[in-house]
Amino acid sequence: MTKSPASVEFRSVTKRYGSVTAVDDISFTIEPGSLVTLLGPSGCGKTTTLRLIAGLEMASSGRILIGGKDVTRLSAAERDVSMVFQSYALFPHLSVLENVAYGPTVQGLPKHRAREMALEKLALVGLQGLERRSPSELSGGQQQRVAVARALVLEPQVLLFDEPLSNLDAKLRRRVRDDIRELQKRLNLTVAYVTHDQEEALAVSDRIIVMSDGRIAQSGTPRQLYEEPANLFVADFIGDANLVDGVVVEERGERALVRIDGITIEVPRRGAGLGPVRLAVRPTAVLLQRTGPGRQAVEGRIAKAAYLGKHAEYLVASPMGELFAIDRADGPLLEEGAPVWISLADREVAIVPSAEG
Amino acid sequence: MTPSGRAWLLLGLIGYAILPWHLADLAPLANRYPAGEAGSGLGRALFGGAWWLLPIAAGLAVATVPVVARLDRDKAAAWLVAGGGFGLALLVVQGFVIGHNGWTTAWLAAWFGAPGPRQGGLGFGAALTALALLMLLCQGLADRGWCRGDAFVVSAIGLVVALIGLFVFFPVLRILVSAFQDNAGQFSFSEFAAKVLDRSIWGLDCLTSSLRCGVAWNTLFLAVLVGVGTTALGLAFALIATRTGFRYKGALRVLTVLPIITPPFVIGLALILLFGRSGALSALLYEWFDIPRSRWIYGLPGVLIAQLLAFTPIAFLVLIGVVQGISPSLEEASQTLRASRWTTFRTVSLPLMRPGLANAFLLGFVESMADFGNPLVLGGNFEVLSTKIFFAVVGAAHDQGRAAVLSLVLLGFTLAAFWVQYAWLGKRVYTTVTGKGDSGLLLPLPRRVAWLCYATAIPWAVFTFVVYAVILVGGFVRSMGRDYTPTLEHFLTGFRIEAGRHGLFLSGSAWDSFIATLKVAAMAAPLTAVIGLLTAYLMSRQSFAGRRAFEFGTMLSFAIPGTVVGVSYILAFNVPPVEITGTAFILVMCFVFRNMPVAVRSGIATLSQIDKSLDEASLTLGARSFATVRRVILPLLRPAVVASLVYSFVRAMTAVSAVIFLVSAEYNMATTYIVGRVEAGEFGLAIAYSCVLIVVMLIAILMIQLLVGERRLGRRTAPAPVGNVAVQAAG
Repeated sequence: MTKSPASVEFRSVTKRYGSVTAVDDISFTIEPGSLVTLLGPSGCGKTTTLRLIAGLEMASSGRILIGGKDVTRLSAAERDVSMVFQSYALFPHLSVLENVAYGPTVQGLPKHRAREMALEKLALVGLQGLERRSPSELSGGQQQRVAVARALVLEPQVLLFDEPLSNLDAKLRRRVRDDIRELQKRLNLTVAYVTHDQEEALAVSDRIIVMSDGRIAQSGTPRQLYEEPANLFVADFIGDANLVDGVVVEERGERALVRIDGITIEVPRRGAGLGPVRLAVRPTAVLLQRTGPGRQAVEGRIAKAAYLGKHAEYLVASPMGELFAIDRADGPLLEEGAPVWISLADREVAIVPSAEG
Repeated sequence: MTPSGRAWLLLGLIGYAILPWHLADLAPLANRYPAGEAGSGLGRALFGGAWWLLPIAAGLAVATVPVVARLDRDKAAAWLVAGGGFGLALLVVQGFVIGHNGWTTAWLAAWFGAPGPRQGGLGFGAALTALALLMLLCQGLADRGWCRGDAFVVSAIGLVVALIGLFVFFPVLRILVSAFQDNAGQFSFSEFAAKVLDRSIWGLDCLTSSLRCGVAWNTLFLAVLVGVGTTALGLAFALIATRTGFRYKGALRVLTVLPIITPPFVIGLALILLFGRSGALSALLYEWFDIPRSRWIYGLPGVLIAQLLAFTPIAFLVLIGVVQGISPSLEEASQTLRASRWTTFRTVSLPLMRPGLANAFLLGFVESMADFGNPLVLGGNFEVLSTKIFFAVVGAAHDQGRAAVLSLVLLGFTLAAFWVQYAWLGKRVYTTVTGKGDSGLLLPLPRRVAWLCYATAIPWAVFTFVVYAVILVGGFVRSMGRDYTPTLEHFLTGFRIEAGRHGLFLSGSAWDSFIATLKVAAMAAPLTAVIGLLTAYLMSRQSFAGRRAFEFGTMLSFAIPGTVVGVSYILAFNVPPVEITGTAFILVMCFVFRNMPVAVRSGIATLSQIDKSLDEASLTLGARSFATVRRVILPLLRPAVVASLVYSFVRAMTAVSAVIFLVSAEYNMATTYIVGRVEAGEFGLAIAYSCVLIVVMLIAILMIQLLVGERRLGRRTAPAPVGNVAVQAAG
């Protein structure tokens, strides 16, 4: 690649449609050469944010910088950004080669040069020999790679992906996901990636920006989001969490002793003082035993059980409320209605700061 | 400023300073240029006493500032908006305020003294200047961030809005104004009320005495009959085509193409040849059964039969889509719940067709109201609004105010029908076609329904073919009904080519109108397609303030019956500032805006099948809107291009209602010529000419298909929806 990757910076960007605010005063920076995921439920503003980067939507207020240059008022055609669309958006009246060569062609490059560039990028995504086909003659995965090649052909400063895996079947998803990540690392691209699938986000990202109701709920590395959710929304959205009430009974420097219905565990304090707190308990942190009440256990009852091969999932009725638990299933399956003893692991339980929620 | 902005500025200056500003004869140019009658805007303003043209120069000057001062984009925008807007506003105002006879309004005359300055209609210079000022304004607005800063989109919107304003809203407004004016030109509401509520329009005397009813009731009654009749016949045909093992379905398909290429009054003409006093069938009935020849066909029966023949195919096209659209699994569900075929038909299928039936009825209703050719040819003493409007303008009375009032009544009816369709059908959801595959089988008709359908449809189909046979045969015999000697005499009268001293010479009487028609249709078709598809693109792909009003404007010209359009164009364009009656230009513009809604609809329908992300992909790859339209949208829009070209060409060749007001000696149209022949009793020539038109249209349709071609979508082939054209034609 001849160009170096560029950063993307949002400064207090707001996008309104009439009275609806789709993106509400958000600021963030995507470092050059990193892959950042915009994650959130549908309608949270993540796709709008992506389209704001592309220039397909214009910000109502705020500033957008790409590579340090203000592009807020520039149209999509004037920005050095390419996008891979959810539907791939391959031009059905053009062949694969013509599709990929479209960018250089409309830039006014000579035909043979456009063709060379297109062939080079088609080789990069492993589609040699298919360039004369029509897009409709390719499989879904191949179409997706054409879309990637087309987006890469102008060697953009920033590459955008809008839910690129949503039209692929489950098995293919994992492979394409890895391919995208590998390509991004190999070519050292700045990538913004939109998805609603938290597992996908955790797998590919350098950083994740979790969005909710047009605002940024939290941004950070996948690990930070999982282990230290900033609020209830993030805790719940990333990796399923049981939200339970507890009381901080003792501060121990960076850690705190928390009592949850007769169970006392030590967790990172995260700024919480003495008194009631909310905690996010990951399903794998809910430990189920059918025998012998330990000191740190409360009694519950299996409400639902599902066997899934690698593990078993349970819904447990307990004094803490209904808990969702994942058991490694090395023992026999617990049956619905069976009484169990519930204890909590020290890890994978996090205090959720209360102020925002 | 962008290169295109500079180009427009230059064109504006040329238009103002060099080209003749007013519409004038250019022949003896020398003594009338630059300051005289044929002078440029600048010349006339400085040396010709036309001081009111001078301020327009200020607008152009303001727009020139950014070029001279090399301002950046943001600052230039304000100058462009100010200059373009100011100049355009002045140009429009001066055009309307100063006419042939001085001030156009009484208070200006009172204020500044009558008669005031005079001027003729705007000419090339003014038109180019106005266009350039508009484009500069749009460029400025785009630079200020309108429509995501896209100058192409803003300019396109500006252009379409200006054209619709000039050729749709302005004429309608003129009708309103002249309806409210009394003969002295004063506004008078009481006189308007008296005219609208006149006995000749709303009278109900036919119920109580032998006098005739008002023309509005006649029209309404006929329209309801035609609506019901076409719907019933159309449904019968549709059910036969989809739900029975009927063997001659191909023939039904032919039936759907015929109305597209048949001039509207030709059917009326064929009916005269069959049932008139000397008609072929009348003669047979007289000779065989001693039934006396009579004039029964002239009047309500004739018009009704002609309109049923003409509009049943439209109902068929609407209903076949509806009948096919009913998901078979719904009917299968009903059957698994142990409903018989008849019960299923009555309780599931029929209710699901309800919106389609209502739609077909309204189409028949509106078409009947708007029809002009058949009532003119067959009406006799049975008067309907469209013919009454015509005679108010061209008849002895020559009462434009009365024509305007009648036009308003007719417009009220059709707009109400469209409103009902929109308000009632628009909100109901009868989704029967889902995205999921439906593997069910269509249920055959219950036997009694099938028989009923056959009993209605087959005689009707036979009758239709007889009518078309008359059209085919009539041109080749000496006189239908009297003398069946084969002859080419009629064709020779119309289309004789003689070898004169200077080579071949077109001596046939029809050549002038035939060539004029071809010329006008060939000009109107591409323009219609361009403006219509551009509008469709703006409406389905761009969001901007006032889009709803924009949509309403484009569809309005659809709801206006042709006669009303004709009257409104006469009222609007017979005087400055836009004085274009008697030219080919007014005919072209009339066709463009009458037929544009079809191009818009087929464009929108096709665009809605093209995912928006294709445009966006193109944009992110660095193509601007114009390049995107050219390289991505247009190739995918081919079916719509074909449909709108075919439709507008054919319509331009077959229309009669609006053009009959607008033709001149120089630009007579084929249809008006034929109507004239019919009125003069020269049926042979009329029918021969109609035959020629039909053949020409068939050739033209094939050529358009061949030239524009199909769109290439890999393996999938998307046939051009020519069938839809007729539906849209009626809608």
